[in-house]
Amino acid sequence: MNVAVCEYGAGNVRSVVAAFGRLGAAATVTSSPADVADADLAVLPGVGSAASAMAGLRERGLETALRDRVAAGQPTLGICLGLQLALEESEEDGGVAGLGILPGRAFRLREGRVPRIGWAPVEPSGEAFYFAHAYAVETPAATARSEGVVAIAEHGSFVGVQFHPEKSAAAGARFLERCLSRA
Amino acid sequence: MPLPRLIPCLDVAAGRVVKGVRFQELRDVGDPVELGASYSEAGADELVYLDVAATIEGRSSLPDLVARIADRLAIPFTVGGGVRSVSDAEALLEAGADKISVNSAALERPALVSELASRLGSQAVVVAVDAADGAVRSRAGSTPTGRRAVDWAREAEERGAGEILLTSIDADGTRDGYDLELTAAVCEAVSLPVIASGGAGSAVHVADALAVAQAALLASILHENPARLETLRSELRNLGVALRDAA
Repeated sequence: MNVAVCEYGAGNVRSVVAAFGRLGAAATVTSSPADVADADLAVLPGVGSAASAMAGLRERGLETALRDRVAAGQPTLGICLGLQLALEESEEDGGVAGLGILPGRAFRLREGRVPRIGWAPVEPSGEAFYFAHAYAVETPAATARSEGVVAIAEHGSFVGVQFHPEKSAAAGARFLERCLSRA
Repeated sequence: MPLPRLIPCLDVAAGRVVKGVRFQELRDVGDPVELGASYSEAGADELVYLDVAATIEGRSSLPDLVARIADRLAIPFTVGGGVRSVSDAEALLEAGADKISVNSAALERPALVSELASRLGSQAVVVAVDAADGAVRSRAGSTPTGRRAVDWAREAEERGAGEILLTSIDADGTRDGYDLELTAAVCEAVSLPVIASGGAGSAVHVADALAVAQAALLASILHENPARLETLRSELRNLGVALRDAA
């Protein structure tokens, strides 16, 4: 199993690599479109701002590589900002066009304390995962929610999660294990 | 709202967990990675690593230690102590920290908070506020700043902070309970998550803090003992506090 974790100047790639390592999967950090194209599972992590993250993907040629692999049915996982970037657009930074891998958009959270930080149950399973986000997504591809917020969206071979499985202890490890078993 | 969080705090110096009074006579009480992993297994929701020697010695926290923690732990952690610039913070995040905490440097130059938020995202920026009698003090509580805690918390939010770590210097070390008045005032002033710190002596104190704030920092109450965290969690559950199921 060969897992490629996209490095594009937006986020905590080390924790993602370590989480796969604990599951016995060889994950490598890469900025190379060829590595992303060839991987059994590609992971698009990400924290920070949508505009600079999209610019980072484009500069490295990863934008096309990610779209192509999802179109070809290759398993791809987006985490947090990685989910938001996969949509058609985000209202962050005055409006940013996303990868358009799945329909929908990211919007700023307006209720409760923002950023929304902490562990929250994800329905229908009820398991708690760790969230840290100021933007959330609306998409017809949603398959699980947490306190009204889209927690998981699935579209073809793409799975996007708003929470951080790599930071969600045993529940997160079980989720990543399932991603590996499908890849 | 997400579930209330319990956040053990580990003081570190020169790569070890230390215990001491006012940064004097620091005593080595263990390895930060092992103790952090034990807390994680005992149900900690997050961890805070505070480099207590950093500000005093004028250097930043150690990215090497952060990398070892990130490789081992599958829960979020914040690193504080001596972060004075965006590049200090970036080095820690690249090494695997989820958040950095700033205190004295942000008080000296508030624009640092804006710079950190714009480069790293708000969710990675914790502004630590140490207050005595409602007034902010810097440099480990030694220096008055002339600011009110509520005003500084509000400014930090406007500048893009993601969380406020609020320590009551009056309550700290007393084990008489968190400063609920100060905590409520800051929670009222901002719409960010607030982490209450200082004064925990019992489960009831922690439950009271979690009724006001979104998270409680746990330091001396744990005595660097992960088994104490497990008993504290069951005591809190018995008091009706909804904690995550850590299984």
